[in-house]
Amino acid sequence: MSNIRYTKDHEWIRVDGNEATIGITDFAQNQLGDIVFVELPEIGRKIEKGKEAGVVESVKAASEVYAPVSGEVTAVNTGLADDPARVNADAMGEGWFYKIQLADAKELGDLMDEAAYKAFTAEQDKH
Amino acid sequence: MAEEKLAHTPLYALHQSLGAKLTAFAGYDMPVQYPAGIIAEHLHTRAKASLFDVSHMGQVVLSGADIAAKFERLVPADIIGLGSGRVRYTMLTNERGGIIDDLMAAKDGEVLRLVVNASRKAEDIAHMRGALGEGAVTYREDLALIALQGPAAAVVLARLVRGVEAMAFMSVASVDIDGVACHVTRSGYTGEDGYEISVPSDAAEKLARRLLAEPEVAPAGLGARDTLRLEAGLCLYGNDIDESTTPIEADLAWTIQKRRREEGGFPGDTVIRRELTQGASRRRVGIKPEGRQIARGHTPIVDVDGQEIGMVTSGGFSPSLEGAIAMGYVPAVVAAPGTDLRLSVRGVARPAQTAALPFVPHRYHLSPR
Repeated sequence: MSNIRYTKDHEWIRVDGNEATIGITDFAQNQLGDIVFVELPEIGRKIEKGKEAGVVESVKAASEVYAPVSGEVTAVNTGLADDPARVNADAMGEGWFYKIQLADAKELGDLMDEAAYKAFTAEQDKH
Repeated sequence: MAEEKLAHTPLYALHQSLGAKLTAFAGYDMPVQYPAGIIAEHLHTRAKASLFDVSHMGQVVLSGADIAAKFERLVPADIIGLGSGRVRYTMLTNERGGIIDDLMAAKDGEVLRLVVNASRKAEDIAHMRGALGEGAVTYREDLALIALQGPAAAVVLARLVRGVEAMAFMSVASVDIDGVACHVTRSGYTGEDGYEISVPSDAAEKLARRLLAEPEVAPAGLGARDTLRLEAGLCLYGNDIDESTTPIEADLAWTIQKRRREEGGFPGDTVIRRELTQGASRRRVGIKPEGRQIARGHTPIVDVDGQEIGMVTSGGFSPSLEGAIAMGYVPAVVAAPGTDLRLSVRGVARPAQTAALPFVPHRYHLSPR
């Protein structure tokens, strides 16, 4: 699991060579509650680290999804259109959002590893 | 988050023990959902029965000589003609015909029992004390309010109190539940059959646990309460109605009975009576966005030419219809159900149609005529 990195906005990114899969974390889906709509970026779009890449809507609220790193979108999880609840059921697996071709692998260095993210969410839970 | 001291209802410990997710609402720390989640709680309410803590709402008793006639000077409903044991939905209006708050008024012998919105109770009480006198308005902070809503509500509550299954929609009764004097109304905010039980605070948790022990009953939070009322086409104060919307614009003309339409005698009667005969220039309507894209409150409504014509006031996901639903104000000329319009969601104009309300049919226990 060491190739997964996390952002403070609760996205995860799993790196496999020069490609990466991105989604929101289990902590995020649990905070959002029942997810009912996901707006994903178009294939071929160049996304920029820290900028909006999509929107996830739960029954309660709409939340922006930010790009953990820069890159070009190569695939999106079309299954979420009909079954957005997959994000609740399996945020880190079947509930993935989109894949990118990394623009600069060095950007990954700014992200948290699993231990750091766990500590980060434990701190957030106190508030 | 602001370090505001939140109030607790008498069921706060129960919410915690049930694993509720709590959120600040109208100054109270309230359950937005329990572990089942909003969609499951919503569907359970439509299928069986759910228990909601609505103790944050203001319970106010109006009393004194000719209280019905006096209260009529503040609301457009017929209160004098309301029989004892009956409940009416009405609203406090201002001089411009705007809505200060919407409320339920139950006539119980010589007194009126009101349930007003949590977010408005301070304003309401001040307004009513100013108009009716300090002594006429008693804020019953010593009472909790529990809503039991859903098609199984009657069979469940009848196990505790015989006879409640025969109560008509919008009626009130004084009952004894395990030795505790309560007031029960057959009413609610979900579109389903159900009850609201006014119970002394110190007996509220015991009653709630007693109801939750029934196999049909599960707890539901404010999240499900909001999706249920939106499907039922019911207004949320502060979203769909406020001091700038009139009852006629809000499609609430049905709450104004014949005598009051003819006589007036309530704040804003000039505006409201004119709109009753000539129509209001804008109207609250149901809106059905195409697909699952949600249009929440404050989403601009634009016409097919891209001109902004109104605003969504409530919008969300309908668990029963598995799609987006909304309500908002549009010019009367485009208010007819099925009219094409667009919703500007994050800058993208998305297709939608006006829709008849409610989105999900009401299933109240109406008395035979």
